[in-house]
Amino acid sequence: MHSHAIVIPTRDKLFNMGEFFRMSPGNIITAILLGIGLILTIMRFTMGIGAVSNLSDNQPWGMWIGFDLLCGVCLAAGGYFTTVACYVMGMKHFHSAVRPAVTTAFLGYLFVVIALLYDLGHPLRLPYMFFFPGTTSVLFEVGLCVATYLTVLFVEFSVAPMEWLAQKFPFLLQWRKFINKCTIILTIFGVTLSTLHQSSLGSLYLIAPGKLHPLWYSAFMPMFFFVSSMAAGGSMVIFEGMFAHKGVHHYMDSTHLREADEVVFSFAKAVSLILFGYFLLKLTDMFVQDNMHHLLSGYGAWWLVEMFGFVLLPCLLYAKGSRERNIKLCRFAAANTVIGIVLNRFNVSMIAFNYALPSSERYFPHIMEIFISMFVVTMIVTAYRFIVYHMPVLYEHPDFKDAH
Amino acid sequence: MNRRKFLTILGTAGVASAMSTARVAEAGGGVHMFPYWENSYGVLHDTTRCIGCRRCEEGCNKVNNLPKPKKPFADLTVCNTRRRTSAYEWTVVNKYSVDGKPVFRKLQCFHCNDPACAAACFAKCFSKNADGSVTYDGTQCVGCRYCMIACPFYMPGFQYDEAFDPLVQKCTFCAPRLKEGKLPGCVEACPMDALTFGRRSDLIKLARARIKDHPDKYLDYIYGEWDAGGTAWMVLGPKASTPPPAGSHGDGEMKALGLDTQIGNRPVAELTYGALGAVPMIVAFWPVLFGGAYAMTKRKEAIHKAEQEAVEKQAKDDVTTALDAAVRKIEETQGQPAADAARKAMTEALKSREALDSCHASSDHGEGK
Repeated sequence: MHSHAIVIPTRDKLFNMGEFFRMSPGNIITAILLGIGLILTIMRFTMGIGAVSNLSDNQPWGMWIGFDLLCGVCLAAGGYFTTVACYVMGMKHFHSAVRPAVTTAFLGYLFVVIALLYDLGHPLRLPYMFFFPGTTSVLFEVGLCVATYLTVLFVEFSVAPMEWLAQKFPFLLQWRKFINKCTIILTIFGVTLSTLHQSSLGSLYLIAPGKLHPLWYSAFMPMFFFVSSMAAGGSMVIFEGMFAHKGVHHYMDSTHLREADEVVFSFAKAVSLILFGYFLLKLTDMFVQDNMHHLLSGYGAWWLVEMFGFVLLPCLLYAKGSRERNIKLCRFAAANTVIGIVLNRFNVSMIAFNYALPSSERYFPHIMEIFISMFVVTMIVTAYRFIVYHMPVLYEHPDFKDAH
Repeated sequence: MNRRKFLTILGTAGVASAMSTARVAEAGGGVHMFPYWENSYGVLHDTTRCIGCRRCEEGCNKVNNLPKPKKPFADLTVCNTRRRTSAYEWTVVNKYSVDGKPVFRKLQCFHCNDPACAAACFAKCFSKNADGSVTYDGTQCVGCRYCMIACPFYMPGFQYDEAFDPLVQKCTFCAPRLKEGKLPGCVEACPMDALTFGRRSDLIKLARARIKDHPDKYLDYIYGEWDAGGTAWMVLGPKASTPPPAGSHGDGEMKALGLDTQIGNRPVAELTYGALGAVPMIVAFWPVLFGGAYAMTKRKEAIHKAEQEAVEKQAKDDVTTALDAAVRKIEETQGQPAADAARKAMTEALKSREALDSCHASSDHGEGK
């Protein structure tokens, strides 16, 4: 099959950068976005947050928190979702999906932290939360969990670069051997930390009952965020798999390609179930909080769009797609879910936040804010490509076949 | 948010700690999570006396060395636009309308008894002091602005224009001046005695007395006595001749002054304590849950493997028995040499099939352990 075409770096030729310098549309767009991002980065750090954003005293958290942090963490949930399915639940046929999922999760979290540096007034003081721990703060818990989980993901991911660099530095194999022994501990540690901070991102907004619209505000926000992160995790594996098959198909080995479809159908079934549960949770919460009368307002209509168009619809599409083994439908449902998750996080952090303020005091992101977010996404994609071109992520390294 | 809803939210937080706070809220009093200073100071703002002269703004600006505004403080038209406090204006006076008559209200940090900003800060920048003030120390501020999300009164401002040392800024209750025995800048500047400085407990008595003496003038509601768990700065509002039809007590009248009576009578930070309390539970139980799931998976795999091995052994035994029987039959009918040749051929055929099987198996489960 395609496995013979994979460029595997050797001891003498450790780098495979040629892919980045071909004049392809992808590379040109990447270069433009990275260029714009660099200029905006200089502006942000020399002229202040106000110079590149529409953030205000009323809306201190905008695009960078709403998209880069909330969506970034949620969409990187594929890491814990896949490792738990494969290692804890023993679904061995997901094995080829684990490394790509862990890689994207690691990159996702890494760039969440990088994006956060743009948003913080004093980015260099980020470690202060460990020196002056504000233990009554939800944000402290989020920070602690994200920092710990990023470390766990780094350790889980590190096997791939070790296999790559072992060509030149054979002592790295000791580390690789050690990590492989710790797989299950790391997985359980990872799912515990993920449960905590995925839900805590929802808890962040518990403190603002008067600011967030009642249809989105709930004592159960932590649970909503956690449950939807599971749906996001499964959907992102399918969603990014779709792009990987387009862009880096020739780096996938026969095992990956053979298992890929089965992964899609299994995850589709699982996510369909989770989305249905999430839909029922939100619906119950709406009745329990006596929010029926809000449904007739504009925000109510918007809530119904989110619930039916981006929760129930992908749920049904997934069910149909996995039942009929229709890969296109499953991928469409995955895209639908991912957009739905982004929509939900936007609603909580921006659209339904400060709903009671007059429109003149409301927030709409500045174009430069959006470009910085796009810059971050471009950096993730570029880093992902670098990893895939060099490390055994989508294929098994011939030296380590059957070794794990 | 009304009280019933507030209790619902607390009650549904599903954690024992939240349940007990709900009971306290029902009793209408308060255990204070932050040290509640019995003799702390406060300021009572009587909006019926305020004339919107902006002297308090000017006084605040002067004693705190804030940058001079574009429009001078003598320009009273700015009161007509809806303004809020910011990093450089720690207090502003806005004009509202009750019964068609203008009412002015001064906005500044309310200096909550149990401040949400302090609970939300993950680097411990805020402190509630014995004198009643809520102060902020910017030297350890990370600039995350969660305090601004948390504040139910939209009070803290952030220096978005500052590139290298942007900080959160808000009214300090003139804490340095209080230490010197001086009044806050705004209180000192007020020509109408609309701002009264004193012990918080005395101010509540004073406000009650004013309401009692002039029941037609004042709305029977001291904003800040219980709102958000109680605040050091409190507001008295005028009574409207035709009270708005809105739901709970004082709701409509206070809303006309831009004050939210739906915040509830508990500190808003308590709404997060149920979720925070669940953290150790998850840390303790998740490893058991997922470790158990892992153990069950392993056990199932082991049972499955043992069963499969038993079946395979049975099949092998069956084949051996059949082979022996066939060879014996050949020996009986065609003699010893033919039987030996047959046994050899059959054994070889079985071996080659086994080899083929194991080859398939390894390519199918090459990634398995």
